[in-house]
Amino acid sequence: MFEDGWGLSLIVFLPVVGAGAVLLIPRAQEQAQKLTALLFAGASFALSVFLAIGFDYGVAGFQANTAADTTWIGAINSHYHIGVDGISLPLLVLSTLMTLLSIVYSWNHWPEPENPKAFLVLILVLATGMAGTFVALDLILFFVFFEVVLLPMYFMIGIWGDKNKVKLPVVERVVEMRIYASLKFFLFTLFGSAFMLLGFLALYFRSGDGAAQRTFDIVELSMRSDLFTGVFAFWVFAALFLGFAVKVPMFPFHTWLPDAHTAAPTVGSVLLAAILLKLGTYGFVRIALPILPNEAEEWAWFIGVLAVIGIIYASLACLAQTDMKRLIAFSSVGHMGFVMLGIATLTDIGINAAIIGMVAHGAITGMLFFVVGSMSHRYHTRDMARLGGNQKLMPIMGGIFGFVAMASLGLPGLAGFWGEFMALLASWQPAAALSTDLFRTLMVIGAVGTVLTAGYMLWMLQRVNFGEPPEEWSSHELHDVDKWEMAAWVPLLAGILVLGVFPRLVFGATNDAVIEMIEAGWRFVGG
Amino acid sequence: MLINQFLLLGAALFSLGVYGVLTRKNAVLVLLSVELMLAAVNINLVAFDRYFVDTEAAGQVFALFVITVAAAEVGIGLAIVLLIFRVRKSANVDEFDLMKL
Amino acid sequence: MIGTPIFDVFSTLLAGVNHASRFNDGGALAAGAWMIPVVPMVMAFLIVFFGKRSPWKGWVMATGTMLFVAIYGMALFLMNLVEGITYQGSVWLSDVGTTAFGVLNVEWGWMVDGLSIMMYFLVGVVGVLIFWYARGYMEDDVRYTWFFASFTLFAGGMLVLVSAPNLIQLIVGWELVGVSSYLLIGHYWEEHQNSSAAIKAFMTNKVADVGLFVGAIIIGVSVGSFRFSEILGVVEGESGDSTLAKYAFWAGLAIFIGAMGKSAQFPLHVWLPDAMAGPTPVSALMHAATMVTAGVYLIGRLFPFYMNDLFASDVRTVIIIVGAATLLLAGLLALVQDDIKRVLAYSTLSQLGYMTAAMGAGAYTAGLFHLFTHGFFKALLFLGAGSIIHAVHSNNMSDMGGLRKYMPRTFWTFLIGSFALAGIFPLAGFWSKDEILASIQYDASHGGGAVASTVLVVAIIGAFVTALYMTRTVYLTFFGKYKGDAHPHESPKTMTLPMVGLTIGAVGLGALNIPGITTWFTDSLAARFVAPGDHHATSIEWVLAIIGTAAALAGIALGYRLWHRDAAIQRDRDTFRIPVLYPLLENKYYIDDFYMGNIIRPVRGPLARAVDWFNSHIIDSVVNGAGYLARGLGKTVYLFDQRGIDGVINVSGFAASFAGGMLRLFQTGRVQHYAIMIFAGTVFLVVGLIIF
Repeated sequence: MFEDGWGLSLIVFLPVVGAGAVLLIPRAQEQAQKLTALLFAGASFALSVFLAIGFDYGVAGFQANTAADTTWIGAINSHYHIGVDGISLPLLVLSTLMTLLSIVYSWNHWPEPENPKAFLVLILVLATGMAGTFVALDLILFFVFFEVVLLPMYFMIGIWGDKNKVKLPVVERVVEMRIYASLKFFLFTLFGSAFMLLGFLALYFRSGDGAAQRTFDIVELSMRSDLFTGVFAFWVFAALFLGFAVKVPMFPFHTWLPDAHTAAPTVGSVLLAAILLKLGTYGFVRIALPILPNEAEEWAWFIGVLAVIGIIYASLACLAQTDMKRLIAFSSVGHMGFVMLGIATLTDIGINAAIIGMVAHGAITGMLFFVVGSMSHRYHTRDMARLGGNQKLMPIMGGIFGFVAMASLGLPGLAGFWGEFMALLASWQPAAALSTDLFRTLMVIGAVGTVLTAGYMLWMLQRVNFGEPPEEWSSHELHDVDKWEMAAWVPLLAGILVLGVFPRLVFGATNDAVIEMIEAGWRFVGG
Repeated sequence: MLINQFLLLGAALFSLGVYGVLTRKNAVLVLLSVELMLAAVNINLVAFDRYFVDTEAAGQVFALFVITVAAAEVGIGLAIVLLIFRVRKSANVDEFDLMKL
Repeated sequence: MIGTPIFDVFSTLLAGVNHASRFNDGGALAAGAWMIPVVPMVMAFLIVFFGKRSPWKGWVMATGTMLFVAIYGMALFLMNLVEGITYQGSVWLSDVGTTAFGVLNVEWGWMVDGLSIMMYFLVGVVGVLIFWYARGYMEDDVRYTWFFASFTLFAGGMLVLVSAPNLIQLIVGWELVGVSSYLLIGHYWEEHQNSSAAIKAFMTNKVADVGLFVGAIIIGVSVGSFRFSEILGVVEGESGDSTLAKYAFWAGLAIFIGAMGKSAQFPLHVWLPDAMAGPTPVSALMHAATMVTAGVYLIGRLFPFYMNDLFASDVRTVIIIVGAATLLLAGLLALVQDDIKRVLAYSTLSQLGYMTAAMGAGAYTAGLFHLFTHGFFKALLFLGAGSIIHAVHSNNMSDMGGLRKYMPRTFWTFLIGSFALAGIFPLAGFWSKDEILASIQYDASHGGGAVASTVLVVAIIGAFVTALYMTRTVYLTFFGKYKGDAHPHESPKTMTLPMVGLTIGAVGLGALNIPGITTWFTDSLAARFVAPGDHHATSIEWVLAIIGTAAALAGIALGYRLWHRDAAIQRDRDTFRIPVLYPLLENKYYIDDFYMGNIIRPVRGPLARAVDWFNSHIIDSVVNGAGYLARGLGKTVYLFDQRGIDGVINVSGFAASFAGGMLRLFQTGRVQHYAIMIFAGTVFLVVGLIIF
C-alpha cells in the first residue's frame, strides 16, 4: 500500500478528512467529535508506524513516494510529489504521534472558551500541514503545507490563548497577549516565508531553459545543484535562510516564539514546540543544503555563530524568567541552537545529531509544555515565585516534571543527550571547507551553554518542585495526574528513555540518508 | 437661369425670421417670424427642386408638407399664446421662463 | 521487517569483543559482568514503581542488588588476584556517519580488567554495608522507598561509569552519578538550603563536565574511536606524530578538569562540603566508593595517556600541583569545622588530594590503592558520624562530647577509622599513604624536580594536619562531658554491624599491598589491555615511613595537647584565632563567596536580566517597532488613500458640479435664449464645416 504514494497520502490527508467529518457532527455531540478525531489521528499514526516498520532502512533514497508524473499544476511544472526518506521518516512519525497525543490530552482539558469541535478541527488541519511538510518533495507543495500550518495555529493562539493584557516595553502599548502573540507569530512566519517563496521561484527559473525544463522538484533540483552558483546562489540562500531561520527560530528572529508559546493553549504550545519548529530545521536539511551545497559552505560559519549565540543567549534569558512557560519557550531557542550548530558543521555526524536533536526536542519540550500546561491548569498561575513544593502537592506530576527537566538539560541516557553531544562532536571537526578554529571555539562555547542549560532547569525545579508549598496552595485540593494525561504522556516518557538508551531508532533511519545527501552535495567540491 | 436669386431671397427671409424670433417680445410676432423662416425654407426647397430637375418633385412635396405643418403649428401656437395671455395678462415672452423649472 | 532498527539489536546482542592478551579473558564470569551495571539500573526503576509493595518497602530489592554486585565483584576480585583478567564486551547500538572521522560507534559495553574489578569490589562491598546500615538510619524517613531507588541508581550509575569501555558510556555513567547525587543531596528538599546544595553539586560538576566533554571529543575524534582500548592502543603504539599527540596536552587537561569536578579538586571542591545536606549514608557512599572516586578512576583509566611523554605527560605537573593544593588547603579547613560531617568532607577532599597528587606523580598503583583503602575507612567514619548524629540529633560537635560512654561500639570503630585515616601503622591507611609518599619521592628524583619535592613536603605536612583534625574530632565528640540536650544511646545492630565490617577492611586491607612482601593489589591492578607504565615501590621506604608516621604522631600529640582537657569548654578553646589564617579558613578561603559574587550572581542576576531586557527592549522592540512602523505606514497610506486618491475623485466631482453650476447660467428658461444658442451653434458648426 505504500508503493505508489497512496499510503503516504493517507497519512497526510486522513487528518484533514477527519476535520471535515468532525465539522459535520452537530456541536452538541461532543463525544462523537472526540472519537472521530481520535480515530482519524490514530489511523494516521498507525499508518506512519506501519510505514516505519516496512521502511527499507538499507536504502538511502525516497520511498513510498508518488509517481514522478503526478502533475499538479501543469503550467509551472509542479507535481504532487511526496515521499519519505530516512531524514523525514522520524519527523513524520513524531508529528503523527504528537497529533494523536494532543487529541488524547485534550479529552478533558479544553482551553477556554470551550469549543471542542473547533479545537479538534484545528488540530486535525494542523496535522495535515505538519505531516505534509515533512513528505513534500515539490517546492510549491512544500510551501503550501508550510503555510497551511500557520492558520490553525494562528487561531489556536488567537482564540484560546492567554487573555492577560501586557504592556509592551519601549513602544508603551497595552495589548492583549493572545492577540499580540498570534499576530506576531503569523506575521513573523509569513515574513520569512515570503522570502522563501521568492527563493523557490528563483530556483525554478534558474533550473532550466524554457518551461518544459524548469522544475520545482526537490530531488531534481538537488541533482542540478551546479546550476546555482555565484551571486544568484547567495541571494537564494539568503532568502531560504530567512524563511527557515524564522521558523527554527534562530537568534535574532526568535522573539515571536516566547510570546507565542506563552500565550498559546497547552496543546498549541506542545505542537508548536514539538513539530512546528522542526519545519525550519527540516527545511535547511531538505532544501537549503542539498540544493545549494556550495552556498551552504559559505553560510555555515554565519549559521554556526548565530546558533551558538542563540544557545548562550537563550540560556541567559531563561535565567531571568519568572513565567514557567516562557522559560521553557526560551529553552527551545537554545536547544534548536544545538540543532542548527549540528547542521552548520555540514558533516554527517552533525546532521544526524540535528535530526535526533529535533526528535528529542520534540518529545522532551512537548512533554515539558504538557506538564507545565497541566500544572498551570491546576494552579491558575505560571508564576514561579508563587509556586513551590509541587513535589509534595502532586508527587507524580512533580516526578514527571523532574524527569523531563533532566532530559531537557541533556542527561546522558535520555534522548536529549545525543543531539547536544554529537553536535559538539561534529563541531570539533566540521566539513573540510569550514574554519576548524571557529567551529572549535563554537564547540567550547556550546559546551558552556550546557552548563547554563542545567542551571536554569535546576533552578526552575527548585522553585517549582522543591521546598514547602506556599500557604496559598497548602489548603487547596489539587488533583495529581489524571488518566488522560497519563495516556498522553507515558508514550512520550517511554520514548525519551528508549531513544536515550537506543538512539539507533533514529540513527538507523537517518544515517544512510544523511551520508547520501552529504556525498551527493559535495561530491564535486572536493570537500 | 440662376438659382442664386432664389437662395438669396430665402436667406434674406430666413434672416428676417431669425431676427424676429430672437428680438420680438410679443409671442404672436415671434410666431409670425417663425412663419417667415418656414416660408424661406419653402422657397429653398422649391428652388432646389427645380434646379436639380427632380423628376419626383420631392422638394415641392416637402414644401406642401411644411405649409401644412406650419398651419398646424400656428394654430397650436396661437392657442397656447392665448391661454398664457389669459392667465398672465401678457404676451411678453421675456416673462415666460417656465422652461427653467 | 529486516533492517528495522529495533530488530537489529537482537542479532548483535552479546557480540562481545575478546582481547587475546597476556591475561585471562575471565570466561563466563567476565562475559556475564554486564549484569553488574545493568541489574542496579533496572532495579532502581523497579523500586520506583514496585518498591512500596515489596518487602521492607524496597530495601530488600536495593540491598539484594548491592549484595549481588558485592558477591560478583568479590568473585571477580579473587579471580583477578589468581590470574589477571582483561575482557571487554560490547553491544553495538548504532553507527553514525562515515566521512568526518570514520564511523562513530555508539555501543554499550562492559570492561572487566584490574581497574574496573577493583571498583566493582569497592562499590559492591562498601555499598552493601552502607545499604544495610541505611535501613536503620533511614527508618522513619518520609521517602524511604524513593531514597533506596535513587541510592541504587547512584551505585548503578557508578557501576556504569566504571564498567565503561568507551568514553561515551563513561560520560553516561558520569552524569548518572551526577544526577542521582543531585537527587540524594537534595533528598530533604523541603529545606531550600538542601536543594541549593544539590544544585551546587550538580552545577559544579556540570562546569567540570565541559572539560570532560571537550576532552572526550578531542580524543575520540583524533583517534577515530571512543574506546579506551583503541585510544590507549594509539598511545602505546605510535611514535607521536598522530593527531592525538598533537592535541594531547589540551585533551589531557580538559579531561582532568572533568576529573577535578567529580573528585572535588581545588578549586572545584566547593560542592562537596555542601553535599553533606544529604542523608549520612549518601555521604558515606559518595565519599567512599562512588562519585568522588570517579575522577581519580578516570585518570587511572587513561593512565598510559598521561604517562607517555609524547602525549599528556605535561598535564601531570598540573595534576600534582592541584592535588597537593587540595590536600593541604582542605585539610586545614577541616580544622575549623563544627559540623562533624563537614570535618569528614574536608578530610575526604584532602585524601582525594593525596590520590590526585599520586596520579600526578605517576603512581597509578599508589593512588588507586589509597582510593581503595580510603573507601573503607572513610565509609566507616561516615557511618560512625551517622550513628552519632542518629543518637544526638545534631551534626554539630558542640552538641556532642563524652559519647564514648554511651556508644562504645561506635567509639571504637570510629577510633580505628581515625587512626587508619591518620596513617597509623599497621592500619590500611598507613600502607597506602606511605606508598603515595614513596611514589612522590620517586617522582622527585626522576624528572618531577622541585615541584615533586615541594609536593612531598606538602604531603607530609598534610599527614600532620590529618592527624590533628582527626584527633580534634575524636576528642570533641567522644571525650569530655556531653553538651547536648538529647539522650544519646548506642545505635541498633543494623547500623553497628556494617561499621564493624568496614573496620575489618580498614584494618586489614593494607596487607594486600605491602611493598616488597605482598603484590596482590599491584598485580591485580596491572591487569589491563595497555600497561599503565607506572612505578610502584618494591620495598618499604623506611625513612619516609618513619617521617610520615612521625608527622602523624606529632599531629595526634598536638591534638591531645590542645583538646584533651575538659571538652565542655571547648567552644572557647576550639577557636585558635590565628590572624589571617583563621578568618581565611572560617570563610573557606572566600572561594564560595568568589563564585557566588563574581560568577553565579552576576550570571543569574544582572547578566540574565540584561539579556532578557535586551530581548524584550531591543530585539522585541525592533519587532514591535517594525509592527508599529508598518501600522504607521499603513496610516499614512490610508491618509494618502483618503486625501490623495479619494481627493482626486472628489476634486473631479467638485469640478463637475462647478462646471454644472456655470452651465446653469445659460439655462435661463427663455425660449429666445435657447434659440440664440441653437443658432449660434448651427452657425459655429456650419462655419467649421466650411472652413475645415
